[in-house]
Amino acid sequence: MRLTGAEILWESLLKEGVEVVFGISGGAVLHIFDALPRYPVHFVLTRHEQAAAHAADGYARATGKVGVCLATSGPGATNLVTGIATAYMDSVPVVAITGQVPTPVIGTDAFQETDITGSTLPVTKHNYLVTEVVDLARTLREAFHLARTGRPGPVLIDIAKDVQAAEAEFLYPKEVELPGYTARHPVPKEALKRAAELVNTARRPLILAGHGVLISGAHRELQALAERAGIPVATTLLGISAIPESHPLSLGMAGMHGTPQANRAIQACDLLLAVGMRFDDRVTGSPRTFAPSAQVVHVDIDPAEIGKNVRADVAIVGDAREVLAAFLPLVEPTEHREWLEEIEAWRQEARWEEPLMEGNRLLPQYVIHEIWRATGGEALVVSDVGQNQMWEAQYFVHDRPGSLITSGGLGTMGFALPAAIGAQVGRPKDLVWVVAGDGGFQMTIQELATVAQEELPIKIAILNNGYLGMVRQWQELFFTRNYCATPVTSPDFALVAEAYGIAGFTVKRRDEVAPAIAKALETPGPALIDFHVEPEENVYPMVAPGGALSEMIHHPTPAERRAR
Amino acid sequence: MRHTLVAVVEDKPGVLNRMVSLFRRRRYNIESLAVGHSETPGISRMTLVVEGNDRVIEQVKKQLEKLVNVIEVQDVTGKPAVIRELALIRVQAPPPYRAEVTQLVELFRAKVVDVDHDSLMVEVTGAEDKVNQFITLLEPFGVEEVVRTGRVAMVRGAKAKEFKVNVFK
Repeated sequence: MRLTGAEILWESLLKEGVEVVFGISGGAVLHIFDALPRYPVHFVLTRHEQAAAHAADGYARATGKVGVCLATSGPGATNLVTGIATAYMDSVPVVAITGQVPTPVIGTDAFQETDITGSTLPVTKHNYLVTEVVDLARTLREAFHLARTGRPGPVLIDIAKDVQAAEAEFLYPKEVELPGYTARHPVPKEALKRAAELVNTARRPLILAGHGVLISGAHRELQALAERAGIPVATTLLGISAIPESHPLSLGMAGMHGTPQANRAIQACDLLLAVGMRFDDRVTGSPRTFAPSAQVVHVDIDPAEIGKNVRADVAIVGDAREVLAAFLPLVEPTEHREWLEEIEAWRQEARWEEPLMEGNRLLPQYVIHEIWRATGGEALVVSDVGQNQMWEAQYFVHDRPGSLITSGGLGTMGFALPAAIGAQVGRPKDLVWVVAGDGGFQMTIQELATVAQEELPIKIAILNNGYLGMVRQWQELFFTRNYCATPVTSPDFALVAEAYGIAGFTVKRRDEVAPAIAKALETPGPALIDFHVEPEENVYPMVAPGGALSEMIHHPTPAERRAR
Repeated sequence: MRHTLVAVVEDKPGVLNRMVSLFRRRRYNIESLAVGHSETPGISRMTLVVEGNDRVIEQVKKQLEKLVNVIEVQDVTGKPAVIRELALIRVQAPPPYRAEVTQLVELFRAKVVDVDHDSLMVEVTGAEDKVNQFITLLEPFGVEEVVRTGRVAMVRGAKAKEFKVNVFK
């Protein structure tokens, strides 16, 4: 069957099971859009290419399938870069397709030409420039294979405009030939045995679960292991929900804004079983002081992560689910009663309840708590970056695996709304909540138009404190309250929402919180609530950057607050 | 410590760029890099000299192997291997000194490859310290130009592994 490059692209996407593509049109992808109406693919037109990349990312995280975004050459392509980098840092399978100027003018600085394969080299798992139509099908086959296997990640394919119009026989290859690529690693039996010995003899073992557990679908195996051997589980930000957070063995999130029980357990444990995580600095604090008494067993699918930040005593390269399944029978059933009792005492340290009990001020923690209560924890939450993200992580109890989507590694403000678009498109029946700050929300606010156009019933909570709050918090704590360039003004978000045809609410008092959330939930379509929260509330506990996890700053008591 | 790595890579456009870009962004130090076709069509073999402690070198190796077009990376440091470098040197050698220069050339088993009125172009092969010493000894005569290939290495004994790639078109 002879097809044009554009047709080969769509046929290949269908072969890969693609149902939705996010993007924006443009001069260098006109052939692709010309062919699109002939294919059963839903195209979601975003208002900015960055949002298309985030939407593809959100779609991928919500469904486990590969997310696809499409943009034209030059500025269209460069606008994708932030979204691609976000997906790269968080190991999300995305295939980004860009148009390129015609082959004869590549390299001449033609109109809307940019070297996008060069630009995305360090933020993609791999990328391709296609200059021959006969290479197109094989390239797509490889790209999807690379994106979804092994440690997932974004792959970009840049297709010259003339390639889209040129014809070739369409043959979709069954196999990929990538001699330098290993998608699957055999479970290393010897290392597992050594790890089991360590676990079976440990007195204070701890599991630290990361995104890899959720990506590989290893949450059942993880819980089974924790329960069998009485091992408490802390998670990274992206590992949240790897074990139900209300499970007695769950210690919650570790790290800079982690729980005292998670951080103290890390510092006190004699065995750390780290699964599907990469010892990010936001988790470890100062790596020199991290888990000082622990033997470290590190399970990760990416060999390059082992020994990169924290030395591993036992290295296990492999898929978290396969590894944990093989590991489970080697672990002896035990209880670590003394250890768990010690940990219980640490739980009391954080004064979690205080922001919830306080009656006068409208505190952001309370807003999150109320969203959790009103949704029965059943929502799929997509959080933005900064204080809102940390409060969400602390005060929304995530019991359902994969119920939180957030930009962990890159920390991309503006991520939440477009990622929620992708998540809602991928899971149309689920209740999707956006939690964002007033700063980040304004970075991709134009996507309210996409929400409206696609009629997506996304609920949006803006924790509006009039600041780029996390940066202000650092300025308060480490830069003598020099609030330089952190105060932000915002429009009336409820009015903006209404202008897009989206129900908008404003909440200024604590007693308005629950009714407003109820109203948003009753609204059949999308709804936005602008919560005017306490401007200078901080996220606690906090480990100072580069500090040890044991040195946590806690939420001030009311007396301490008054004394300031 | 300086390590010698031998990388087997797919011979495709941009592979060298991917590798060098990786070194730049992760701040690894390349001292030299030599690349050329291997015995197998579609595969190049590259010799890299990298400065770093064992932990850094382990990371370099793993990060390189993470590149899709990189098939294998071997650290040959400390292994029985033949290590060579080639240099071309233009040295001043006017008639009064010409004999002295050619004598040095013979001692180092180097070769004169071009002759001009007042200078000679010399080709020398060997381990780096031999090349270094040769250049040092030529310096009093006036070394005008030096070009060096960087280190290439091959492990002694029988070939350990066969590499294959599918060459399209």
